[in-house]
This record gives sequence, C-alpha cells and structure tokens, in this order.
Amino acid sequence: MTQATPKLRLVVIGNGMAGCRAVEEVLKRDPDRYAVTIFGAEPRVNYNRIMLSPVLAGEKAFEDIVINDEGWYRDNGITLHAGRAVTAIDPAARKVFAEGGLEVGYDKLILATGSDPFRLPLPGGDLKGVVTFRDLDDVNAMLAASVKPDARAVVIGGGLLGLEAAYGLARRGMAATVVHLMDVLMERQLDESAGYLLREALADRGVETVLGAQSEEIVGEDGQVTGLKLKDGRVLPCDLLVMAVGIRPNTTLAKVAGLTVNRGVVVDDAMRASDPDVFAVGECVEHRGQCYGLVAPIWEMCRALADALTDGEGVYQGSVLSTRLKVSGVDVFSAGKFAGGEGCEDIVFRDAARGVYKRVVIEDGKVAGAVLFGDAADGGWYFDLMKAGADVAGIRETLIFGRVITEGLSGLDPSAAVAAMPDTQEICGCNGVCKGAITSAITAQGLTSLDDVRAVTKASASCGSCTPLVEQVLKLTLGDGFKAQTGPKPICKCSPKTNGEVRRAIVDQGLKSMPAVMQALEWSTPDGCASCRPALNYYLLCAWPGEYRDDKHSRFINERVHANIQKDGTYSVVPRMWGGMTSPAELRAIADVAEKFAIPAVKVTGGQRIDLLGVKKDDLPAVWADLNAAGMVSGHAYAKGLRTVKTCVGSDWCRFGTQDSTGLGMRLEKFLWGSWAPAKVKLAVSGCPRNCAEATCKDFGVVCVDSGYEVHIGGAAGLHIQGTQVLTRVATEDEAVWVITAAMQLYREDGWYLERVYKWMDRVGLEAIRAQVTDPDTRKALYDRFVYSQRFARIDPWAERVAGRHNEEFTPMSRRMEFVSA
Amino acid sequence: MNTHVKIPAWIDVGAVSDVPRRGARRVPSPRGDIAIFRTGDGEVFALLDKCPHKGGPLSEGIVHGRAVTCPLHAWNIDLATGEAMGADKGKGCAPVIALRVEDGRLMLSLDGTL
Ligand code: SRM
Ligand SMILES: Cc1cc2nc3c(=O)[nH]c(=O)nc-3n(C[C@H](O)[C@H](O)[C@H](O)COP(=O)(O)OP(=O)(O)OC[C@H]3O[C@@H](n4cnc5c(N)ncnc54)[C@H](O)[C@@H]3O)c2cc1C
Ligand code: SF4
Ligand code: FES
Repeated sequence: MTQATPKLRLVVIGNGMAGCRAVEEVLKRDPDRYAVTIFGAEPRVNYNRIMLSPVLAGEKAFEDIVINDEGWYRDNGITLHAGRAVTAIDPAARKVFAEGGLEVGYDKLILATGSDPFRLPLPGGDLKGVVTFRDLDDVNAMLAASVKPDARAVVIGGGLLGLEAAYGLARRGMAATVVHLMDVLMERQLDESAGYLLREALADRGVETVLGAQSEEIVGEDGQVTGLKLKDGRVLPCDLLVMAVGIRPNTTLAKVAGLTVNRGVVVDDAMRASDPDVFAVGECVEHRGQCYGLVAPIWEMCRALADALTDGEGVYQGSVLSTRLKVSGVDVFSAGKFAGGEGCEDIVFRDAARGVYKRVVIEDGKVAGAVLFGDAADGGWYFDLMKAGADVAGIRETLIFGRVITEGLSGLDPSAAVAAMPDTQEICGCNGVCKGAITSAITAQGLTSLDDVRAVTKASASCGSCTPLVEQVLKLTLGDGFKAQTGPKPICKCSPKTNGEVRRAIVDQGLKSMPAVMQALEWSTPDGCASCRPALNYYLLCAWPGEYRDDKHSRFINERVHANIQKDGTYSVVPRMWGGMTSPAELRAIADVAEKFAIPAVKVTGGQRIDLLGVKKDDLPAVWADLNAAGMVSGHAYAKGLRTVKTCVGSDWCRFGTQDSTGLGMRLEKFLWGSWAPAKVKLAVSGCPRNCAEATCKDFGVVCVDSGYEVHIGGAAGLHIQGTQVLTRVATEDEAVWVITAAMQLYREDGWYLERVYKWMDRVGLEAIRAQVTDPDTRKALYDRFVYSQRFARIDPWAERVAGRHNEEFTPMSRRMEFVSA
Repeated sequence: MNTHVKIPAWIDVGAVSDVPRRGARRVPSPRGDIAIFRTGDGEVFALLDKCPHKGGPLSEGIVHGRAVTCPLHAWNIDLATGEAMGADKGKGCAPVIALRVEDGRLMLSLDGTL
C-alpha cells in the first residue's frame, strides 16, 4: 500500500466494560478503519468492574482484574485520556470537549458512560464514611475504613451489589450488616426459599441481615458517620455506610447534547442514538424500553455496534438475563420467571444435607425460569433451554436432576429409562445411593416395599424427590411382586415425612422457622400448603416458645382474627367466663355491647358461656374493647388450644358436693388459658360422681370424690362419643393441677396437628402417658416447660388487637371503589 | 339492576406492599367486596370476595402457592382464574377482577356494567 487513506476518527466516552469491549469488537472486524480515542473519567486503564467484589474481599488484586493494560492501547494505536472526563458534546460540529480544555473531533462517537450509583436522599448522606460501590476508588475508601479495629459497616440494599459489598467487608474483618427494604434478599432474583438460604449462608460468613427495614437518617459525629437510624427507631452503629440501592444510567452528556434520552440514551437495534454519528452501548443505554445492569447484554450490544461501525448490519434484539452471585462458596443462580406466574408449574428439589434448593419453572412445556441455590452447576443449561424455548415435556421427569441425568435418559420412557441406567447411576442424591445398591439390596434381602428400601439403603429416605425413580427400580426388580407404598401418612402432599418425623426434626435439628423446616426436610413445594403450614406453625410455636414468631398467614381465619367465622361471613364472639361463673356486671356489659353494635343473636353455649353471633368483622375491635373494659378476655372458642373449663356448683352450694369443683375449674382455666395445642382442649370439673359438668366426656376431666380427685383423660362428645379413662387419683387440688398441666404439655409436645387428645392417647397408649405424668421428675419438667411457654401465650389476643395489632385485618384496604358507580 | 353505568377505568386502591405476602386485603365495591391476594412469590391477584361454593369470603382463606383455601368449607380456588381446583374442579368460579400494577400501586377496574 503506497498511500494510507486517512483513518476515520472514532471517539469513545467511557473507558469501562462497554467502551473498551466495543473497541475490541471493532478492531476484530477491521483493525485499520479507525483512529481511536478513549476518554475515561477514572485515572486508570480498563478493568473488569464486576471483579471489584473479589478485590474488596481480598480474593484478587487490582492487577488481576485489568482487562486491557497500557500495552493494548499502545499496540492498537489508541489514544487514552485517563482521568479526563468529557464535559460536553457538540453533535452538529462533531466534537467533544474534555476537562483541561481538550477538544477532539470525531467521525463516529460512542457513548459508554455506564451508570451512577443511586444515593438515597437521607439526612446525613454527605457525612464522611458514606460511600457507594462502583469503582476502584470506592473499594479503596471501604478498605481504608476496614482497617480500624472493631470497625463496623452497614450496607443499605440487599441486592447483588450490597451483598457482595457486605461479604467483602466481612472478609476484611468488619462486622457487616445489610439493611434491606424488602422481606426477601435479592427479591428480584430469588424466591423466598432461596432468599432464606442465602440469608443463612451469609450469616455463616459473618454478614447479618435486617429485612423489611426502612432507613430514616444517617447519624454522625464531627462530620463522620456513626450509625444508621431506621424508621422503627433502631440505630445500627457503624463506621462505614455503603449505599447499594441501585443505579441510574449516566445520561447527562447526552441530554445536554440534545440526544433523545428517556431513562437511558435511546438507541435503535444498531445501537445508534438519535444522531446518526452517535452510538451508545452499555448501562447508559435504553433499548426497546429496557435498561440493563449486567454485562451479558453489553457483550451482545457491542457486537451489534461493531457490525454497524464496520459496514455490517448491526442487529441487537434485547437480552434475556441470568444472575449469579459472587460470594465464595455460595452458589446462586437465577433467570427468567423464577417465581412462576400464570399458567406456570413449579418443579422443586431440595437436599438438606448439601443445602441445595432448586426450582425450575415450566410454562407451556418450556423452561420459563429457574432459581438455584447451593448447586448452580446446571444454571447455564436451564438458561440455554430457556433462551432456546426448547420443548422439555419429554424430559420433565428428570429435568430437575440436571443435565447429566437427563441427557443420559433422554428418549426413553420412565421404566425403560430406569432399566437402561447403569448400576453406578446415582439415584438418591441425598444419601448417595446408586441403582446397583438398590437392586442388590432388593434381591439379597427380599425387600418388597418402598419403606423396606428406605430402611435398608436410605434411598428416598430424605427428600423423597427420587421416590418415583426408586419405585421404578423396585417395580423392575420385583415385577408383579411390587406393592405400592403404605404406612404412616405423610404430613401432606408437600413432603413424604410424617408429623412425628417433622416434630422430632424441629427439636433435634433446632429448626426455628418455616423456611428452615421446609429446607431441612426437603419440602417439594416452594412455600407449603394450607395443610402443612398451620401444622408447622404450631409445631414451631410449641418447640420454641418466645423465640418463634407466630405466622398469622399460616393460621385458619378464626385463629387469625380471634373470632369464629359464620356462614354469612360475620363472626361470633365468645368471652371467657371462668369455670362458667359470671356476674351482673359482665352480663350487663354483654347486653350493652349487643345493643350498641346491633348484634343479632345472643346465645348460651354448650360450654357454659355466652356467644354473641353475627358481629360484623370491622366491628370486632370495638366490641372487644367494650368487653375488655368490663374485664373480659377472649374465650378462644375458635382455638386449637384451651377452650372451656366447665364446672358444676360443687361444695359451695350443692348438698352432694365433695370438693370445690367451681374453684378448681376456675383455677385450671386461669392457669391454662391462652395455650395452643394440636387440637382443641376442653376440660370440666364435677363436684361428685353424679358428674353434672360432664367431666367424663372432656379431653381432661376431674371428678371430685371424698378422698380427693379422680383425673380423667381422653373424652370427647362430638363426632364420636368417647368416655374418658382414669389417668390417676390424687389427694390434693395442687396435685390435680400438676397432673393435668403435665398431661397437657405432653400432649402439646407429642400430639400431631389436629389430633385430639383421645386420638393421641389411642396412638401412644394411656400407660405411656400415665408413666410420665405420675413420675415426679418428668412431671415437674413438663410442668415447668408449660409454665415457661405460658409466659408468651397467656396474653389476651383481643386486647392486643384493640391496641392496634394487625389492624389491617379489620379494615378494608381502600374505600375508593365503594362509590365508583356515579 | 340493569342500569348500564359506566365506571371510571382504573382506581388506585393502595400499594402492593399493603397486602401482606401469603395474605389478602378487602376492597368494598358496588359489586361486593373484592379480595386482593399476594402470594409468597409476591404476585398479586384480585377476585370477587365470594367463594363459588357458598359465598365464603375468600380473602379470609389461607393463601398457598397460587391458590387460596376458602375458610368455610376448604375449597381450593385458583387465584389467577377464580376456578375451583382439585376435587371441586368445574363446580364454579369466582369472578376475576381486572387488576394492574403501576409503580407499586394496585389499580382495580370494574369496567363494564353493573
Ligand atoms: C357455640 C357452640 C354451640 C352452642 O351454641 O352451644 C359450638 C359451636 C361450634 N362448634 Fe362445637 N360448639 C359448642 C360446644 C360443643 C360441645 C359441648 C361442650 O363443649 O361441652 C361439643 C362436644 C364436646 C366435644 O368437643 O367433644 C362440641 C363439639 C364440636 C365438634 C366435634 C369435636 C370432635 O372432636 O368430635 C366440632 C367440630 C370440630 O371441632 O372440628 C365443633 C365445632 C363447632 C364450631 C366451631 C363449628 C365451626 O367450625 O364453625 C361451631 C362454632 C360456632 C361459633 O361460631 O361459635 N363442636 N361443641 C358451643 C361453644 C362452646 C363454647 O362455649 O366454647
Ligand atoms: C461491584 C460490582 C459488581 C458487579 N458484578 C456484576 C456481575 O457479577 N455480573 C454482571 O453481569 N455485572 C456485574 N456488575 C455490573 C457491571 O459491572 C456493569 O454492568 C458494567 O460494568 C457496565 O459497563 P459500562 O461500560 O456500561 O459501565 P462502566 O463499566 O461503569 O463504565 C463506564 C465508564 O465511563 C466512565 N465515564 C462516565 N462518564 C464519563 C465522562 N463524562 N467522561 C469520561 N468517562 C466517563 C466511568 O468513569 C466508567 O469508567 C457489577 C458492578 C459492580 C460495581
Ligand atoms: S352442632 Fe353443628 S350446627 Fe350446631 S353448632 Fe355445632 S357444628 Fe354448628
Ligand atoms: S363457601 Fe367456600 S368452600 Fe364453601
């Protein structure tokens, strides 16, 4: 070549991920076409921004994350103005102006200015020690703060960036707390189950999380941050406050230059802005209404841009996103409709031993999204299937087990697929049992049922998700000898575990929340169902009094609003009348309430108290307030818990009365009220064997006799009429109270949800109960546990609601629709 | 009742976050109460607050997955379609109310006739 045609001038604003990649792509296509000039506001070469997280954590050094060093600029004849921000663009004159009075003309201009971290407009936002997380300077500022002994950091924002910041700071020895507005971490990428696991994993790595927390003010001393104040009044002390609450496309230059800007710089499919010689790529861009905050779309944008700049046809069509978190040892992947949606179906897999949770969402026979925690190896595969819109109906059964198993079995029907599996194929991931181990156990030991296989090999004994495979193996090995599963019923369709197993696991493994139970026991649904959730809520409440926080959304409506729902959607209200005793003042208050709120029916119940029927839901708190004012509390006529204690008049009045049955009944009710139980619990105390209080058909009954007290157990008179059995005889009232309390606690700890006392007794045997409640030490221990738990339970739920608790239950969300018919 | 009254299109009835996860809130309307549900995954749905079985208030049920269990006789209702599910499939349907989310606000519409 004799005479070089003058090169076109390509100017790039932004020396970041997008700007430099765009140049690389252009050079790849045509190294000689352009003379390239890059402006970068940061005083350094092009580096991998996403790797700032490992740099912060001390897992990488800055040198490790440089993408293009000085040599690259030199070798490609690129002029780099590092540390020099462009201050204005003149598209008409095709010129850019930079700091220091520099003026450079262009033929083509690329805007790659990225985005700016969003700063919450909180008071105190300008204090020293308040930083964002975007570039190396931010990392250095954070590292400087972390050197101080016992330094503490608070990070606002529980998204990807905030969590990586907090993790990095914790790795540097700081006490790090993440404050998140939402109740799920990374809620835009994770569902609740995965969010829960992530929270636990972060806690293990020294990162605390405060969810559902709204920041109010950044507090400081002498111009230096000292803490973050939350709306609820809490102050979290800190020496460093990181705001990681989102980003905003950096569009200032474009806007001033008169280019079309919405949220980002608006570009077409060739990445061209509203001026034909100006292009834009990266986070500053808005394409088809979409702005992006991840690098994968940027790579696609840069390819289209480079095509357009080198005579090709640049076509960018938008990107489908997936996310991974960069916290060492915490494998998280998310893509697409990870939380399902209309017409979607969930496939869930959990492996408690390995801390794995996987949820793949299927829509119209295709993968629509996935969230993986603990084992994200198949994330890319699901993502590819999703992007390709592949029909997965044929591999649905094995999809959740991942690519290796699925592709090994593809094209075969389930039993042929199982038959074709090699003996070394792992069937039960939880317990590492392969097919050969199962078949040889079946033949060698004559196993005939799933339970046998579980007992001998442990296959399918944990999460149960391989149960269909194990059953196939059984069928194949036994032929006609195969019998379907029998045995104790599982808690519900979400888990193969029985109530007993669940209760034991909660205590033995120290499981203290519903997500913890669902993960440890490998629930097959993301958030349980209407059968298991109330049961789990009770089991947790019983196991961890004072610690577990009741989940009202896992309670049946009556227990949620503390009244009984009626067929027309109104409620009935039954105040306690201790032992069936009342007074003129109470009766007057009830009468007044009935009139004041136009309550249509007042009835004496079969449980020796008064029922106000037909109360409107919105009136409930006001009705309770009046009843409270007269000294009355909830009768729990709706509760799986202590209901009534009926009594007869006893020795106070009756000519046959042997003991003070009314007094004992009142004492029992005042002691036991408020306690929750697997099912309802009713008591009665009769003053003599004539038994006018019907004590022999109650869950616990006392029949007074001359020599003392006969304590009865296991009666009922509803669906089945069931006489009690005598549990024991005692001489004193105190002993009667101890025995009943101990028996009540034993039932609370051991009964299955909805299993009434008599059914529990059928299951465990009267003898077993008697042995425990008559042994002084065991009885004392049970009694003490009950007393402890009552500290948190013997609280009138009506008074709490009158005081405003769960106010939203009793008020419509809005009345703005009521009169729309104008 | 066949007075054909046109209703203003979309009405803001509150924030998505006013509806607790796995819970519901009521909004009274001329067609009767409307129940707005929010699932554990954060999706929101609106149905007339009337069970297709015997009119039970669905807003009082337990929300699980994308379904609610009626508090009166435990029918399971699909939140997206209002249809009874499982054993009661095909037996009835709670009318779906048009719902749209805009900037975290819940917008309801009774567009149509009363
Ligand atoms: C109000 C009352 C009837 C009355 O007007 O007298 C009543 C009303 C109801 N009973 Fe009862 N029972 C009432 C005393 C009884 C009694 C008598 C007693 O307690 O001495 C029994 C037989 C004793 C027993 O429990 O074994 C009784 C056995 C039942 C049963 C069958 C229980 C069983 O295990 O077989 C049910 C169904 C259930 O609980 O699942 C039931 C369920 C109900 C429910 C809760 C039905 C429901 O789920 O809505 C009714 C609530 C109405 C309301 O809103 O108050 N009710 N029910 C009584 C309230 C007592 C109280 O003051 O708290
Ligand atoms: C800590 C961290 C971790 C991340 N982790 C991930 C991850 O795991 N996965 C993922 O996909 N994404 C991740 N991201 C996001 C990813 O880094 C961005 O999507 C990507 O860097 C955007 O590229 P960009 O070129 O558009 O912007 P940037 O990389 O920010 O580059 C823009 C550059 O333009 C410069 N500039 C701005 N204005 C001017 C001006 N007027 N004159 C001159 N120069 C200017 C800026 O200084 C900056 O250097 C992470 C981001 C951060 C901060
Ligand atoms: S006997 Fe039947 S109808 Fe009467 S209150 Fe009890 S549950 Fe209701
Ligand atoms: S009214 Fe809903 S199930 Fe009967």
